[in-house]
Order: sequence, then C-alpha cells, then structure tokens
Amino acid sequence: MRVAATTEISAPAEAIWKLVSDPTRYLEFMSGVTRWEVQSEEPTGLGARYRMLLLVGSAEIGGLIEVVEWNDGSDLAWNSVTGIDQRGRWRLRERTRGRTHVELRLSYGVAGAGLSGWISERLAGPIVSGHLRRSVQQLKRLVEHEQLRVSAAERRKARAAA
Amino acid sequence: MSSSKVAERAASNGHDPKGKAGPGAKGKGKADAHGGGNLVGRLTRAVTSQVASRIPVADLDERDPDYIRERLPQLWMLASIYFRGEVRGLGNVPETGPVLLVGNHSGGNLTPDTSVFTLAFNTYFGVERAFYQLAHNLVLSMPGLSFLRKFGTVAASPENAQKALESGAALLVYPGGDYEVHRPFWERNRVDFDGRKGFIRLALEHDVPIVPVVSIGGQETALFLSRGETLSRLLRLDKLFRMKVLPISLAPPWGLNIGDMSGHIPLPAKITVEALAPIDLRAEFGKNPDLDEVYDHIVRLMQETLDALAAERRLPVIG
Repeated sequence: MRVAATTEISAPAEAIWKLVSDPTRYLEFMSGVTRWEVQSEEPTGLGARYRMLLLVGSAEIGGLIEVVEWNDGSDLAWNSVTGIDQRGRWRLRERTRGRTHVELRLSYGVAGAGLSGWISERLAGPIVSGHLRRSVQQLKRLVEHEQLRVSAAERRKARAAA
Repeated sequence: MSSSKVAERAASNGHDPKGKAGPGAKGKGKADAHGGGNLVGRLTRAVTSQVASRIPVADLDERDPDYIRERLPQLWMLASIYFRGEVRGLGNVPETGPVLLVGNHSGGNLTPDTSVFTLAFNTYFGVERAFYQLAHNLVLSMPGLSFLRKFGTVAASPENAQKALESGAALLVYPGGDYEVHRPFWERNRVDFDGRKGFIRLALEHDVPIVPVVSIGGQETALFLSRGETLSRLLRLDKLFRMKVLPISLAPPWGLNIGDMSGHIPLPAKITVEALAPIDLRAEFGKNPDLDEVYDHIVRLMQETLDALAAERRLPVIG
C-alpha cells in the first residue's frame, strides 16, 4: 500500500535537505519513528544503511533500509533490506525562490502474506498516513523556525553594523 | 508407535522416559501401577501414549523466519486491533547474544500476552533473530497447533532451554507455567511462579542476562474461577500429563469451561507488556548467587511493575 503526505515550506530546498539528509535528526521530526540508526560506514549518501522502526498499532515495524537514490537537494529514496517490505522517498521541489514543495512517500507491505497482508495494510493505512502527515508538519515547523532564527540573527547583525 | 520410539521422542524433548508421566515406559511407570489392567487403566495408558507421541521432537531448526514474516500481518491484527496491545521497553533487551526473557503468564491455554510479545519481538529485532518460547507439552501436542513450532515454540524442558541458549537465541520462559496461567481472576494482578527457580539456574549455567517481561490483561480474557488443583489430583492428571491444574472458568462460547482443552474465545482485553532492564546475576549477586535471594528480587521487580501497570487500568477488559 502506498501513502503520502505533502506540504509547502517557506524555505529553500537546501535548508530542508540539510534535515532530511541527516539521519541524526530524524527523531526530531519523524512522527512514530522510534529508531533511525546508522548501520553503515558512510552515514549518508547512496548505499547508506539505517535501522528504522515506526510504531504502528502494537508493534514497532521497520527493519534495515538502504538509500537507493540520492540527488542532492531534491530526492532521497530508500528500500528495505530486512523487515517489512518498504520503499520511501523524500521529494523536494523549490517552486518559487524560498518556497519548497515537500512530499514524503511510503509504500509498504509483506510479500507472501496473502489476504491477511492486504487487510492489515489497509487497516494500518490511517496510522501510517497520520505519521507521515505529522512528520511533514513537524518538518515544516522545524525548518521555518530555523529560518526565522537565521533571519532574526541577520537583522540583529545588520542593526549592530549600522 | 512403539513404546521405545515414544520413549525416545520424549527423551529427546528432555523428558525422563522413566519419569512420572512415563508414557512410553509400558509396564514400568507409575501410570501402569495405578492403572492396573482394568479398562480405565488401559484407556489412561492409551491417552497418555497418544499425547506423548504427539509431542514433537525438539528441533530448533523448525523455527521458520519466512513463515513468521508472512504471519506478521495476522499477528499484528490480533495484537493491535483485538487486544489493543502495547509493548514497552524492548530497548532493554540486549541487541545481540543469548538472553533469557522471563515472563508472568496469563490468559489460560490461549495466552494472548505471548502473541502480543512475539509480534513485538519479531518486528523490533527482525525475524532473522532467533527467538524461542518454551511451552507445555500439551500445548505442542494439541492438534492444529503444530504451526507454533514454526514460530519457535519448543516443549518446556531444561534440555531444550539449554539448546536454545547455546545457539545464541533469545528464549522466553514462563516459570509459573500452567499454575500461573490459570490463576483465578481476582489474582490477575499477581506474579505467581509457585516458587519455581529453574530459570535462575538456567541463566547461571549459561551466564546469560535475565530480562523480566511483565504483562497485564491476559487474565481478563475470561473469568477464571479456579485452578482446579484438587480435581487434577483426583484424576491423577498431575502424574499422567504433568498437569497440576484442571482450570475452571467462564468463557465464551462454552459458558462453564472445565480444563480449557478446546480453548475459548478470549475477551478482547487490552494487553500491555513491559520488558524491564536486564539483570546480570553474577554482577548483581556475586559469583555464587543465592537462588532464593535472586528469586525474591526478580518476583518483587515484576510484581512492582505489574502493580504500576494495574494502576494505569481503569476497568478490567477495557483497560
């Protein structure tokens, strides 16, 4: 099953990319995520591996994932190596200067689980979808607050110089 | 099946072929001495022999990660939707290596807390991590429950526990066993291992940490009235099947449910499970720990946690 959440963030794509490409910051904004640990020598980039868990119902679901697509500032996609089957993607598009469209996608399932797999995917859908929605909202707040702090610091600096 | 084969299979499960149940020891065991040559005696021997022949040979390789993975959605629906399960503290379980998980047991023969914890463990650590559970012989010999072996359930015996820990697996044991799992409803929030300390010896022998696993809610899935210990003794079930209890409960769809052999439909009680911090026995209690002291410590820890979990609940079943 595939779920997605989108938002518009008042910040350049570069500022958002700094967060979504940094595995150490995932627990700050990813709703329901209980673990996002680096499992590879290289913490970022193509081939980086993480152990991630997402609380869905009574279980923390996830496993080992690997980054399979890494386009600086725009796309980051991962596939599962162990655990449930999943494919996720961050998609950042700066439509106008300083305003970025952000989309978080996640496809998940358990191959071979048959009808019960199909039913459980649908039952879990609203929970996973809610996590994604809250994640992009928290990301938006985090980035925009950081932007406000940066611009406030610049204003103070300018005032001090004048 | 010949008596020698039955004895062989029982021995490979860690049972003394000359032991109390003595299902295969035709003409030697106590059952025979009691059963005599009358019809009741012959019938009793036939039943015990049938049960013994159904106890599968312990083979850790029967655990099937792919099968478990494919069954996770079913378990997830059962645990998340029916029992509204909540599992806390899995981060306390060491990430690698053998570990002895010691749980309080609830819910009659269906033990919903085990289902909830099995799901949580397998999704948290991945089905690739070997995880075994010890179960009563009768559970494994029941028709239709052979799938449990694929989940890593093996007959409860010191030998099987040893095999599992030596293989580096996580092992879940319920020291209270059938005695605790059928405690009456009004004792539902009580940890009762009946003084059984084998799990401590096991942890010391293999030098593995103990992680207490406390659960609540399982004993609210039916109205358990009595363990029926006297009834079990009268029917000599303790000698024949290692059954110290013959539980009496009120449970759907049967109403009055004696023995719980056919299971029951559990009420959808909220199940909460909490794994506590690991206990390194030698680090905490010295080189040669006193078993009574360790036992009291673990039971106290678990009881305090169970009390805290009970305080969170507003109503039985609803949680």
